[in-house]
Order: sequence, then C-alpha cells, then structure tokens
Amino acid sequence: MQKKFSFPTLLAAMALVLTVPSYLPAGEAASRNVILSTTTSTQDSGLLDVLVPLFEKKNSGYSVKTVSVGTGQALELAAKGEADVALVHAPSLEKKYVADGKLLNRRLVMYNDFIILGPANDPAKIKSTKSSAEAMKRIAASASRFVSRGDNSGTHNLEKSLWKSAAIQPKGEWYIESGQGMGATLGIANDRGAYTISDRATYLAFRKRVTLAILLEGDRPLLNIYSVMEVNPANGPRINTAGGKAFADFMVAPETQAVIKSFGVEKFGQPLFIPVAGMREEQVGE
Amino acid sequence: MGLVWEGIKQACWLLFTGDAEVLGITLFSLQVSGTATALSLVVGIPLGILLAMKRFPGRSFAVSLINTGMGLPPVVVGLFVTIFLWRSGPLGFMELLYTPTAMIIAQVVIAFPIVAGLTMAAFQSLNPNLRLQLLGIGASTPQLLWLLCKEARLPLLAAIMAGFGGVISEVGASMMVGGNIRGQTRVLTTATVLETGKGNFEIAIALGLILLLLTFAVNLLLTHIQQREQIRWPKPS
Repeated sequence: MQKKFSFPTLLAAMALVLTVPSYLPAGEAASRNVILSTTTSTQDSGLLDVLVPLFEKKNSGYSVKTVSVGTGQALELAAKGEADVALVHAPSLEKKYVADGKLLNRRLVMYNDFIILGPANDPAKIKSTKSSAEAMKRIAASASRFVSRGDNSGTHNLEKSLWKSAAIQPKGEWYIESGQGMGATLGIANDRGAYTISDRATYLAFRKRVTLAILLEGDRPLLNIYSVMEVNPANGPRINTAGGKAFADFMVAPETQAVIKSFGVEKFGQPLFIPVAGMREEQVGE
Repeated sequence: MGLVWEGIKQACWLLFTGDAEVLGITLFSLQVSGTATALSLVVGIPLGILLAMKRFPGRSFAVSLINTGMGLPPVVVGLFVTIFLWRSGPLGFMELLYTPTAMIIAQVVIAFPIVAGLTMAAFQSLNPNLRLQLLGIGASTPQLLWLLCKEARLPLLAAIMAGFGGVISEVGASMMVGGNIRGQTRVLTTATVLETGKGNFEIAIALGLILLLLTFAVNLLLTHIQQREQIRWPKPS
C-alpha cells in the first residue's frame, strides 16, 4: 500500500517548479530599470501600454517599471527616491515638491479636463451655472449627495481646490468619501444617485455602465494638466537619474506628443489627452 | 447577469484562441505561486514538525504566532515587504522591488505560517504511541520523521492545498511588491483589478474565471494524489 503513495513524486514536481523559473536572480543591471511613478488614470486609460513599449524600443537597454497609484502617493514615492521619474496631474501639489527641491524640471506633457457628473434630474440645479465653484456651492447648499475620491489623488486634489474656491468645508451625511479609484467611485456615485468629479478619460471608459450625466464642463479650473518631473538624485540611494531624464525627455518629444494626440480616437471617437509640451500653464486650453 | 454570461464567453474565447498575453499571465501566476508554495513547504513543514514534537520554553508563544500568521492579511505583508525592499530600505541594494522575486518573497511570508500551522496540527493528531513504537523497533530520526510524514500525508497535502490557495488568490501583496507591470509582474489577480479599474468588466470576469479554473486544476491534481490512498475496507467475504 505504501508503495503507491507518491510523496516523492510530489516533491520531485515541487523541485521542478523551483528550478524552472529563470527569473529568480535579480539579474538586470541596476541602471537599466527606470521606475515611473504615475497616476491610475494614465494606466487605466491604456496610454502607458502604448507609450512604455515605444520608449523601451527607442531607448534600448531601459526597462520601465510603472507604479500606478494616486498622485499624492506617486509624488511622495518620487520624493523618497523610490522612483526615477513622475508623471502626475496635480499642479499645485507638484509645485510644492519642485519648490522643496525634491523634484526637478517640471514640464507639461498633456491635458484633458475634469467634468462634474450627477443624476440627470440635477437636484442641486448646477446645470444652469458655468462656474465650478458656484456648482460646488449649490451641491453643498442643497446637501445633495457627493462622492469624493478621498484618496489624495490628482482628482481629489482638484476637488479640494474647488471646495476651497467655493469657501466650503464639505462635511455631513451627503459627503461620501469612497477612498477608491475613479472607476469604483463612478460606480458608487451612479448607485447612490450622487454628484462626483471625474477625469474625462475614465468617464469615457465607464460611459456605458453609468447613467450619470455631464452637468458641468469647460470651466477653466476643471483643466486636468499632466506634467513630468525628474527626481532629485539627492532624494535617496540608487536613483536612476539618466533613465528618469530619458523618460521625461521622451514624454515631451514631438513623436511621442503625436502618439498622445491620436490615442483613443479609434475607441472613443475623440482623443483622451491633448499634448501641450513646451507650453506654459496659462496657455493651456486657450 | 448578462455581464457574467459575457464574461464566460470571453473566458472561453481567450482560452480557446490561446490569447498569448492571458496565457502568459496564467502561466506566470502558476509559476510565482507554485514557487512560493514550494518554498513555504521547505520552511513550514520542518517548523510545524518542530512545534508539534518538541517541548521548549516559549513554545506556546511561537504556536500562537504561527496561528496568527495563518490569517496574515496579504496587504499588510505587502506593505512590510515593500518597505524592506525600498531603495532606502534594508534590502534596497538588491533592487528586488517590482520583480517576480519580490512577489515570491511576499507570498512565502503569507503561505509558510499556513503550512506550518496545518503541519503542526497534522503531527499532533498522530497517535503518540506510534512514535514510541517506531523508536522501539530502532528507527533512526530521519526514518522516524519520514514514516510520520507518510502517516500524516493526508493532512499534509491539505496543508499544501491551503498554502497554494492562499497565495494564488491574494492580490494585495502582489499588487504592492510586484507593481502589476505588464509582461513582468502581472498575475491573474492584479490583472483582474486592473481590468475592473478600466471598466472592462467582461475581461475582468474572464480573468477571474480562468483563475478559478487554474486553482481547481491544481487542487484536482493534489486531491487525486491525496485520495488515491484512501483506506480500503476489506471486502466482505
């Protein structure tokens, strides 16, 4: 009876699994890895799936590791030296890191816009206004439900700046913090019949699944500007300065900007991002 | 429900057309979690046997630690492994963060307490007289351990299945230490999260189904090994 028992066979199988992976040694030379800390929107829109292979093809030898998290975390990782280059969308926050010397050479890459979404019957009557600050005031005044990302992401930072310009401290039953990504937040807002703010790219990806309507768009504070920044080599050990700079240069290069311009047209009938390399912030959206 | 149906169709389509990316992700998931499970056996089984058979000061404390470890939240493991592997962390010089190796390390940390805890339980449930008997007929220590392992093989295989099930299904640690990098560290669970975030629910469901199918296949194999040795009751003559 004991003969048939195949513990040894099992152990042999395990040994096989152990020897198969050829990737186990840390192999790659340190300077080849470029860690890009970026936001979920660049990843979820699929843009990086196009740009990263292009970069690796043009700069053979570099391997990009994309870490896509909220903008707040992406900037903090870069400031700790855990990334080599940052591609994010929270201009006021970015400027703080640049002023502190943690991040260098901030360059605009592209923009799209945020939109204020809400239930089609628009209980707070924001559709009649063109000002995002006024819209926030009306939502708060009518205590209409509003779903916030609440995760220090770029979108959350923009939302906070809108509340600030409306001179409102959002608080109460009506103010819901999801703590999740844009897609999940859209789902919650849709489910609760609430207002929310989304970047246009994510909204387009979820358009089929949500009944929320675009109630306000085109106001200047709703511009969603993405910038690329290099990491100060003084932030920590082993920062790949050359690799980070190569990726930043790549993002603003004319060929890359052309790719960004046409990205998404096929799937959504409109571009998801508009390239703006070389422009100053005031010129964007003019 | 239409969505689930779409997902099932998508899963079949991806599997039968042999979609290279999905196939790659599936094999990679199996490789990472298989390696992690194998390593966790190397650590967990001896540890479990030690805790079951030896009496030493602090043993009950160690047992409590292992029992707590059996329910370690993957996301907490992920956080700590990440901090250790950061460039500024103690193991930063190894440049392991966002590599498959980092994922294996995190998964071993998740799986080995499960294996150790179940191994310990398996050995403690053996009849204590068996050990005395084997020693009595002159078994050496390696012989003794081997025979006891054989005797406890059914719960030991359950320990392997539990360990593998724990790591193939976790997402928190793999996401954090692996980074879900396409073609490098993307596994079925992190790919499911990504596709959900993109709003591609059909593909997310399809990936989820493929994961279930993979787990089922592995468990089927292990169960087959486990159950072929069932006690055969003598036929009535």
